Amino acid sequence: MQKYSVFSLVKNAFSNHENWDLAWKDPTPKKEYDVVIIGGGGHGLATAYYLAKEHNINNVAIIEKGWIGGGNVGRNTTIIRSNYMHDDNALFSEFGMDLWRRMSQDLNYNVMFSPRGIINLAHSDAQMNTYARRGNSMRLNGIDAVLLNREQVREIIPMADFSENVRFPIFGGLMQPSAGTARHDAVAWGYARQADSMGVDIIQNCEVIGFDVSAGKINGVRTSRGDIKAKKIGLCVAGSTNILAEKLNMTLPIETHLLQACVSEPVKPVLDNVVTFGAGHFYISQSDKGEMVMGGDLDGYNSYAQRGNLPTLQHVLTEGIAMMPFLSKLKMLRTWGGIMDMSMDGSPIIDKTHIEGLYLNCGWCYGGFKATPASGWTFAHTIAQDRVHDLNAGYSLNRFNTGHLLDEKGLGTKTWIS
Amino acid sequence: MRSQNEFSYGGDATVKRPELGKEISDQDWDNFVYNRKSLRGKHWELWQHLSGCRQWIKIQRDTATHEIFKTLKANEEIS
Ligand SMILES: Cc1cc2nc3c(=O)[nH]c(=O)nc-3n(C[C@H](O)[C@H](O)[C@H](O)COP(=O)(O)OP(=O)(O)OC[C@H]3O[C@@H](n4cnc5c(N)ncnc54)[C@H](O)[C@@H]3O)c2cc1C
Repeated sequence: MQKYSVFSLVKNAFSNHENWDLAWKDPTPKKEYDVVIIGGGGHGLATAYYLAKEHNINNVAIIEKGWIGGGNVGRNTTIIRSNYMHDDNALFSEFGMDLWRRMSQDLNYNVMFSPRGIINLAHSDAQMNTYARRGNSMRLNGIDAVLLNREQVREIIPMADFSENVRFPIFGGLMQPSAGTARHDAVAWGYARQADSMGVDIIQNCEVIGFDVSAGKINGVRTSRGDIKAKKIGLCVAGSTNILAEKLNMTLPIETHLLQACVSEPVKPVLDNVVTFGAGHFYISQSDKGEMVMGGDLDGYNSYAQRGNLPTLQHVLTEGIAMMPFLSKLKMLRTWGGIMDMSMDGSPIIDKTHIEGLYLNCGWCYGGFKATPASGWTFAHTIAQDRVHDLNAGYSLNRFNTGHLLDEKGLGTKTWIS
Repeated sequence: MRSQNEFSYGGDATVKRPELGKEISDQDWDNFVYNRKSLRGKHWELWQHLSGCRQWIKIQRDTATHEIFKTLKANEEIS
């Protein structure tokens, strides 16, 4: 594999950048692999990468129905954080933060990780208390957390509404300084390029349409490009999890819902951090190009549409304008949507299944981008060793049966309002 | 035609609470509380006309196109 560096950049400039190697190949599927990963999103690509890198399992195929990065990994708003209260979520995400910090070097690909800090705004005394509690829990797990008062927030986010007579005055906020954003496509491409270089076959335009299961064991998948055998299969299809589960006669604690996001026209730098509104569901950051990147609520009913409806967008942006009135002056550049695998407690599932050789990675809700490296790392471990790692032991499928839920927000099973 | 804003969602309408006072398995309870098919295509679901007459209704809607095929009153059985 060609190493990317300032030297290779200069060298290729002499040939007008026309002789760069392809970043990954376009192989014809083989008849059999040791491991097949379904879904070429961030999680599938990262899983294949760590299977090859950490476990020396290189005879691996990623099967993607469209093109890699065309799913949620290329549609999200790229917030990376580990500001969780529950131990399982906190330790898993913080392990991921460490992988994020090293990712560009590790992958020899600039993923533009930008630890610019996230601030969750508080709009009441009660909310300040809740944030103090969450911040303390985070610090007990070794995660950085700072409780900010109103004046401190005003210094960091002068564009927020600090006028007197507002419906949701800013009381303060909880900040995780090490949180941030990254370039989402680069994450998919960086993992793909390295996985490919270690022998992983990335097979695009190939849809999994069924499974070959006998005597409680998985033997392979049926795809739009023929049958492929494998003794181990990992499912990483995010919003399409329910569709493939049905083909396996499994009913999962997952519903598929739609989340929208949007960006404004680019403007000069006005916002250094990621900020979330505390009296509703709205979050914002500014991209390197200057666009304001915004998102909020789910559309609110089961959906595979991959494009959203206007009422939710209007509602979300109303919250945004309440928080930062200058937003009302901006023109919208683009809106889009992605379909989310919403789990019944808001936390993911990375586990084995009752079918031998079939592994499940799903339930990421709207927070799976930040989990990409940790999810890939732990899922690769689970598949390679046929047992879960301590880091993903809490993300078991049977926690819904035993009552060990990881309901960070305490919302219960109404996935569409979470 | 009513605005979508007047309605609020109530989830999968095919889910049935296990009968009261009857012995049930953990699996039955899981299926009621947590497990959902949530497929692409026709989906029976509950909606409430919240900012209106406040009636609950059942709607069969396509989860990819949002086309609505059938509606029922809340107490009518899906056939
Ligand atoms: C608008 C929006 C904003 C978000 N914001 C954030 C955020 O700020 N921070 C954060 O952490 N997370 C965020 N998320 C969530 C995050 O994007 C997802 O949780 C995460 O990307 C899911 O994992 P993935 O990358 O593997 O999924 P995907 O990229 O969706 O990968 C799944 C792949 O499986 C493929 N597939 C499906 N069915 C089949 C089949 N039958 N055969 C073969 N292939 C198949 C799909 O084509 C797809 O490429 C956001 C999501 C959206 C939509």
